[in-house]
Amino acid sequence: MTTTSPLSRRLILQAGAATAVLGAPGLLLAQPKPIKIGLVHPVSGGLAYSGGQSRMGAQMAIDEINAAGGIKSMGGAKLEALLGDSQSRPEVGVSEVERMQQEGVSAYLGCFASGIALPATQAAAKYNTPFLIDVGASDLIVTRGLKNVFRFKPGFGACVDDAIVALGEINKAAGGVAKTAVLVHEESEFGTGTAKLLAGKLPGINIQPLETIKHANPTRDFSNVALRIKGLKPDLVIMSNYQNEYVLLARTLHQQKVDVAAMFSVLGGGFNFKLVQEQPDVALNMMDFNHWYNPRNPKAVDMRKRVEAKGGLFTFEVYLSYTSIMLYADALQRAGSADKEKAIAALESSTFSDHILPYGPTKFVNGQNQGGKGALLQASRTDINVVWPDQFAAAKPVFPRPKFS
Amino acid sequence: MNSVLQPIPWKLHLAVLAVAIAFPFVFPSNFMVNFGVLALFYAFIGQSWNIAGGFAGQLSFGHVAFFGVGAYASTIVQMRLGLSPWLGLPASALAGAAVGGIIAALSFRAGLKGSYFALITLAFAEVLRIVANSIGITGGGLGMLIPMKAGAGNFQFADRSGFYFLILALAVLSIALAEWLQRSRFGAHLAAIRENEDAARALGINVFVEKVKVMVLSGAIGGVGGCFFAQYFLYIDPLIVFGVDKSVEMLLVSMIGGAGTVYGPLVGALLLALVSDVTRVLTQIQGLSLVLYGSLLVVIIAFLPNGLIDLFRRRAKPAGEKD
Amino acid sequence: MDATIFASAAINGLLLGGIYTLVASGLTLIYGVLHIINFAHGSMLMLAMFGVYYLLTKLGIDPYLSMLIMVPGMFLLGYVIYKGLIGRLSSGKDENILLVTLGLSILIENLALMFFKGDSRTISVSYSDRMIELGPTLVPLPKLIAFVVSLALCAALGLYIQRTDIGRAIRAVAKERVGARLVGIDVEHIFAISYGIGLATLGAAACLLMPMFYVSPTIGHVFVLVAFTVVVLGGMGSFLGAIVGGLIVGLTESFGGLLLGESLGQIGISLIFILILLLRPSGLFGAKQ
Repeated sequence: MTTTSPLSRRLILQAGAATAVLGAPGLLLAQPKPIKIGLVHPVSGGLAYSGGQSRMGAQMAIDEINAAGGIKSMGGAKLEALLGDSQSRPEVGVSEVERMQQEGVSAYLGCFASGIALPATQAAAKYNTPFLIDVGASDLIVTRGLKNVFRFKPGFGACVDDAIVALGEINKAAGGVAKTAVLVHEESEFGTGTAKLLAGKLPGINIQPLETIKHANPTRDFSNVALRIKGLKPDLVIMSNYQNEYVLLARTLHQQKVDVAAMFSVLGGGFNFKLVQEQPDVALNMMDFNHWYNPRNPKAVDMRKRVEAKGGLFTFEVYLSYTSIMLYADALQRAGSADKEKAIAALESSTFSDHILPYGPTKFVNGQNQGGKGALLQASRTDINVVWPDQFAAAKPVFPRPKFS
Repeated sequence: MNSVLQPIPWKLHLAVLAVAIAFPFVFPSNFMVNFGVLALFYAFIGQSWNIAGGFAGQLSFGHVAFFGVGAYASTIVQMRLGLSPWLGLPASALAGAAVGGIIAALSFRAGLKGSYFALITLAFAEVLRIVANSIGITGGGLGMLIPMKAGAGNFQFADRSGFYFLILALAVLSIALAEWLQRSRFGAHLAAIRENEDAARALGINVFVEKVKVMVLSGAIGGVGGCFFAQYFLYIDPLIVFGVDKSVEMLLVSMIGGAGTVYGPLVGALLLALVSDVTRVLTQIQGLSLVLYGSLLVVIIAFLPNGLIDLFRRRAKPAGEKD
Repeated sequence: MDATIFASAAINGLLLGGIYTLVASGLTLIYGVLHIINFAHGSMLMLAMFGVYYLLTKLGIDPYLSMLIMVPGMFLLGYVIYKGLIGRLSSGKDENILLVTLGLSILIENLALMFFKGDSRTISVSYSDRMIELGPTLVPLPKLIAFVVSLALCAALGLYIQRTDIGRAIRAVAKERVGARLVGIDVEHIFAISYGIGLATLGAAACLLMPMFYVSPTIGHVFVLVAFTVVVLGGMGSFLGAIVGGLIVGLTESFGGLLLGESLGQIGISLIFILILLLRPSGLFGAKQ
């Protein structure tokens, strides 16, 4: 039995108290509130695949940021995904926006389809909540003067411009063999808008659009279209449609042995690794001007491996959503707060460049990133390669493609 | 379809109206008001179907045709003709009524009934969709965007509750119309036609004219629904406003709620909106919410063949007893 | 118009029509006997196509061979669904069966989404791209096979209904339900058989379609409207009608596309539908109402 001196007793008491305080979860090092991001994607209905891919990309980004310690300037605040389903319908998209507003989201990410993005962003505009557009080609999205809308990827206007430049350059390098083109597009906003712009700009690179063929969604059979194309004998077939029709059309043209300098698509819906896997003969040498990841970025390559290891496909929805979240996280970091005004200001002044896309530095003008750029892709027997612009290219373009005979 | 229903006591109408008016004050969040707007909206366009399908027994699968022409009529009046957006209301009613009349006149003149009539309306709606996709004035595949300019004068309310009270007024009108049908001679004619067309004809009812009249009315309501939709969402395209999904919704809310009843569409719309929201929030797995939705449909029909109204009717007093 | 283009479009249209015939034949049987519009037809086709897809990719069974599995399999599925679900609700009204099949289609489509995910898949077999010369045009072999087999199956089905005992029972029930019951026919059993046969045709159609098409949870929508058009055009309940109707619809689609463009041209199908209904509602070969 020993008597503890008053000094040591106080020490013990203090040590006990300190332990109690430190041990109590969250008391001393209070966890900052998570920042909620509402994901408004069409994960059911006709666009379910794209919706699912978008959601996956966003979640990968959120998980990555959280694993790396959250938003440092906000005390390590973590991001939290609120999963939404627009069911491929605009009304439901709007309902999801309102529901998430109730749950206190600081930002939205969505919507894949332009038709859903338009009303959804408007709903969010009422609260001045930043809305990141991951996919959504229509330029209407960013030309309504809504301050809360930010689209990181280029719209179809910019894509067409760059596609024209790319096509012009490779055509020139091949001696100008392509002089005529037939445009085939699907009947809604995306296809109609893209084809219209293309038809206007092709003459500028000495390619005459012979005809523009509009087709329905869905189209069950492209035999007549192939027939028409064969009759017109164009040097190029330029397609803008969604996945199913894209694949059917490509297969039909392949089967009918339509000889062209290139089957070229602008924002082709079906040009992906699956096409190369499932229909390698059809895919071979097809070209697409589209959103792509930077093949020279090791992080991107690693991400692709991870997605494929899980049996998934590394499609544009995945990395566009991923990057949009990264963009927002960067803005949060710089703003030091999830306050909407501050976040919007941070986005407006963003120069975010540490991303996996082949883009120049970020610069938003009226919510549209001027630095975004698509890439020209071409399918080989086993893979898809960037063939333009040179600084990201992994292979040389095969143009004109070998004839069927 | 339904045996003679009892008249709904005025107190019930007033009670429902009071609840509806109070709703946005009790639940002022945008989420709830939006929910209310959508529920009333579907009740309204459901009533359009109900008038023709429930009261008159003319089932249609193509009611979206009226909705779509209404949406385009009102948007074209605003965007192409530069007129006041409020003129879109009468324009859409007229357009819907005209299309209703034309489809009815053609189909009934040819003697189409039952499934055949249902299918031809489907075809008409498809034709309209394809036309809307192909002509210039509708913007074709690009659709039409109404610029956001909040203000009652622009038929765009800054506050969602503005839209709520408008659709409430429209829904009240549609319910009043349904009530009138219950009690009027016209409604009695329709009920007779619904039960047995030949007998009705034998009674001296001009079956053809009555059927066309009901389709004109139904079309007008559907058209106005389209106008509202366009003003609420500010973007329309052929698939959104002529897609078969809307036809199915219009049919569903009525049949689930109780076809041929005054409140059927409202009851159905409330339930389906609720189920849709709840399943969407509760389940994050792709597709699961709609699996639940589809299952619910089947279950409801299995146990309540006349629609949800059966739940209320079971507690109704037999005819003749004082309220 | 160029003669070769005309001929090519005609051939394309006919070949396309063959598949429509087969998809419609099940629908027309179901309507003819049960008097229900089977809203679930499209989603059943989708299930069948997934069946063919997995039989090939997991078990390596050739799509045409898998018909031996798919046809009886889909028949069984149809029989069970009728007995277990639709049949129990047929005591209610016709409109309710409509809602049940609608609910069923939503259910099935989204179950497929949950389990198979939303992406579209295609298959490639050794003969996928083999082309046959037919007059002025090159035709993929699977398309030709689909045409021939579809028409043959539809004709065989028609004969089956005409000549066999079960067929006679089916026709009796289709014509006069109550009377059939009175002479001792087990009407519910016949209904279930009819629904089963209706789905069995989809099993065959799926096998014929997969080599030249794609499958996704929403693929039912692609064929449903056309199938309805064929049924109405040909006359509900008539197999000859399904054959003739299918070919006419195929030709209409083909020439509509040629003359009006592939987008506007789709209007041809709906217009034919409307015209037939206005001028001859029972369809080309249907029983007069």
